[in-house]
Amino acid sequence: MSRPAPASLDALDRRIINALQGGFPIVDEPYREVAASLGTTETELLARIQRMLEARVLTRFGPMFQIERLGGRFVLAALAVPEERFSDVTERVNALPEVAHNYRREHALNMWFVLATETPDGIEAATRRIEADTGLKVFAFPKLQEFFVDMRLKA
Amino acid sequence: MNTTVLPDELDRRLIIATQAGLPLVPRPYDLLADQLGVSAEVVKARLTAMLESGRIRRIGAVPNHYAIGYTANGMSVWDVDDAHIARLGETIGKLDFVTHCYERPRALPDWPYNLFAMVHGHDRATVLAHIDEIAALLGPDCRRHDVLFSTAILKKTGLRIGNDG
Repeated sequence: MSRPAPASLDALDRRIINALQGGFPIVDEPYREVAASLGTTETELLARIQRMLEARVLTRFGPMFQIERLGGRFVLAALAVPEERFSDVTERVNALPEVAHNYRREHALNMWFVLATETPDGIEAATRRIEADTGLKVFAFPKLQEFFVDMRLKA
Repeated sequence: MNTTVLPDELDRRLIIATQAGLPLVPRPYDLLADQLGVSAEVVKARLTAMLESGRIRRIGAVPNHYAIGYTANGMSVWDVDDAHIARLGETIGKLDFVTHCYERPRALPDWPYNLFAMVHGHDRATVLAHIDEIAALLGPDCRRHDVLFSTAILKKTGLRIGNDG
């Protein structure tokens, strides 16, 4: 997955992105309600959300589940990948459905990914599988304490 | 709010039906109700209950940081005194340029850091200026720190349950 260039967004796109990072209403016609608050139409709002999802300006739109409160686990983990093996290891790590995000970062620990599993046991199994598939030690950094999470960024 | 509530069968089917996204139709909850064979009132009540219990953080959009201009993404990591981490973490987490803030275990000797704060900015200079602000706030409670810029998104799909059928 390559990094997209900053997209060209007009003022309404930006207002939609900002509005949709707040609470989306649970009413019969939620898009109509949001569209009215933005001074646009339901049809226009739906078309723009669709377009921004297709252009990957939005990575998703819907409920964001806090999987730990549903019995699952999220764990941040890292690998120190030798440069010449980077693309091969990327392929092996990304092949696991448990790998939800994966980023290359500038550090000796140069691959950082999030393991997300439906049960606590799944993390251990995925970690062992990555170690077996890559021959590299997985550094696991489970969260001990969450201070604040607000992933909203103003567009 | 911190209790784990295992999803029942209907919650689980609702999660699977919406994890790729909310339907982009005028009456999305009606469409989900049809798919699940329940009434729209039940769908709305279940979603509301999961929001209230924190099992859903929110219903909304996740923008691609790069696409909306936040091209610099630095994972800042700090080695702070364990005795003060709760207070320090609260302080750093409240900064508006920090999107995630966690205490995580050290992995000595390779990794001495126990506080992670994700910082986003329109360029690296902005992120580095924010890192300096954090350093100033932590003061002598921080022994050392580093910032790991991301240079590529290798995968971004989010959690998917139901892979095992």
